[in-house]
Amino acid sequence: MLKDFRQSILVSIWFVFLTFPLMVVRVNTTEQLVEWRWMNLVWVAIGSFILSYLWRYMMARQQAREKVADSGIEKQSKVQLLLEDMSFRYKAMAVLLVFALIFPLVFDTYQSTIMISALIYVVLGLGLNITVGLAGLLDLGYVAFFAVGAYAYALLNYHFGLGFWTVLPVGGILGCLFGVILGFPILRLRGDYLAIVTLGFGMIVKIVLENWDDFSFGPSGIANIDRPGLFGIDMNINGSTTYIYYIMVAMVIFTIFVTMRLRNSRIGRAWIALREDEIACVAMGIDMARTKLSAYALGAFWAGMVGVLFAAKTTFINPASFTFMESAIILSIVVLGGMGSILGVILGAFILILLPEYLRAFSEYRMLAFGAAMVLMMIFRPQGIISNIRQKYEYKGLKEETDNG
Amino acid sequence: MAEKHKLLEVKGLTMDFGGLRAVDSVSLEVHEGEIAALIGPNGAGKTTFFNCITGIYTPTKGDILLHPKGLESRRLNGLKPNKVTEMGLARTFQNIRLFHDMTVLENVMIGRHCRTTSGILHSILRGKAVREEEQQIVETSYQLLEKVGLAEFTNEFSKNLPYGAQRRLEIARALATEPFLLLLDEPAAGMNPQETADLDHLICKISEEEQIAILLIEHDMKLVMNISNPIYVMEYGKKIAEGAPQQIKDNPKVIEAYLGEETDA
Repeated sequence: MLKDFRQSILVSIWFVFLTFPLMVVRVNTTEQLVEWRWMNLVWVAIGSFILSYLWRYMMARQQAREKVADSGIEKQSKVQLLLEDMSFRYKAMAVLLVFALIFPLVFDTYQSTIMISALIYVVLGLGLNITVGLAGLLDLGYVAFFAVGAYAYALLNYHFGLGFWTVLPVGGILGCLFGVILGFPILRLRGDYLAIVTLGFGMIVKIVLENWDDFSFGPSGIANIDRPGLFGIDMNINGSTTYIYYIMVAMVIFTIFVTMRLRNSRIGRAWIALREDEIACVAMGIDMARTKLSAYALGAFWAGMVGVLFAAKTTFINPASFTFMESAIILSIVVLGGMGSILGVILGAFILILLPEYLRAFSEYRMLAFGAAMVLMMIFRPQGIISNIRQKYEYKGLKEETDNG
Repeated sequence: MAEKHKLLEVKGLTMDFGGLRAVDSVSLEVHEGEIAALIGPNGAGKTTFFNCITGIYTPTKGDILLHPKGLESRRLNGLKPNKVTEMGLARTFQNIRLFHDMTVLENVMIGRHCRTTSGILHSILRGKAVREEEQQIVETSYQLLEKVGLAEFTNEFSKNLPYGAQRRLEIARALATEPFLLLLDEPAAGMNPQETADLDHLICKISEEEQIAILLIEHDMKLVMNISNPIYVMEYGKKIAEGAPQQIKDNPKVIEAYLGEETDA
């Protein structure tokens, strides 16, 4: 304790020294004066002392926890235990569902719009979770599949007047197809190389969309895309937003359902095995090529589908919506939330998308906070907000207990 | 005694890494019901030999022929590892390669992958057939865990198992693929005498009860001499001896390989 205290004081003195010319001395060139702002020095000292002390305290706690983990006994957090309690989970799900359903009735259209974009990222996060979280294949160009879906709807709607519901599955399937196209050349790559190629793929798609004017109308994008129809009923903007909101809720539920089923299936186990150890996985009789391709294709499927909805919601798309930044945010959602954990990814999406919306006042510091949050997360909770809970099986009777996290 | 059915036949297997000849025309046969052993000093090319058979490497020269009972013979050269496993040849690894973030049961369930069929769409719909198959997988896997004595750890993460148990889990996982020939790469490495004795017992049990032939690489001479016959000895990529335990013990070449050449002073 005393050592930490002394160290923190040293850190704070060092910071005072470093920031002295910037924070304390100010030369007023018009009046030929030098101002000495001694109060700033005090603030820097106090601030850096507190931060340093807090840092040391957290690191000590982290180390203590690692020691416990090394001794083989892993303590589960209270949240984790609560999540494994089935009756609690059903109640929580019911409450959340009711809340999601009455949301547009209680709040105004602005709130619904924000919620829609958050839900879009939930689906994107869950989709990428299949590729990155379960199969362990890094994908930095995920937004390309999102773009494929969005442009599929925009172009099909523009040229052929196809409706939202027709194109929705088409978008998903096109996403799948592009997933396989990306998957083939990178079957043998892993780690850094995989990151580079997927990053390149994302860039290529965006550049093609920007420059192939005849096909995608270039940077000016496509406007006046139809909103989703409901048996030909004319809706005003509010009604339409509410409608899209409900479609989005349904889609999120669908995604959760499918990813949950997949994760605890034969295919899902193969993905996880592939993530854990590729050589052992192949030696146990799992077809690597097929498993990898299916992970890419299924991950991309959701991006393609939600891309269609994105185009229908904004009614205007251009390549600027599909930058690398988007891929990075989706990846952050997965990492922050907890790789492989469905609940974690959902929480991650809400935190990363909703917080910046409601903290508009601090928007200038957004990237700063984002970066700091990531660094802190990697140090103190590298497994994400919610770590993956494994399924427990009933192995004596003939009934299976489905316990998903 | 009638001629025993030949399961694995390796003829003149050679593996080059650039200019280095790691395995030099090694021939070997494993018959039904046998526990064969492959021994040799460190760096003799034993693991490379295994990797060639199981499809991790494609051998430069030679033939690897598999003769499953009642089925057509197949040449394994250049087949992918998962195909080799599907044909009934499973293996364990020298440096344990378990799936650490999966439970013990799930590790074994992975082994069932190549013997089950449910696809993506079926897994999503989870119809009756899929549920039954899943239950079948769980139960078979659990029985295997009981067999190797790991039933108490079923829902543990495999990374939390003690070392000896991890080795046995690897064997259980390999058994889940329903092999007729099991390749064990140093199964007793790093084990204490008690664990080695247990392993000795387990290997014999697998060989007798399951009718699975075994080919093992091992440094623990006590274990090798106890249970295996025939024994093949490799040094610098070449096979220098083969035969029954007693023959190997008395073979001057083998003694030389392990203890060094006697110099005339």
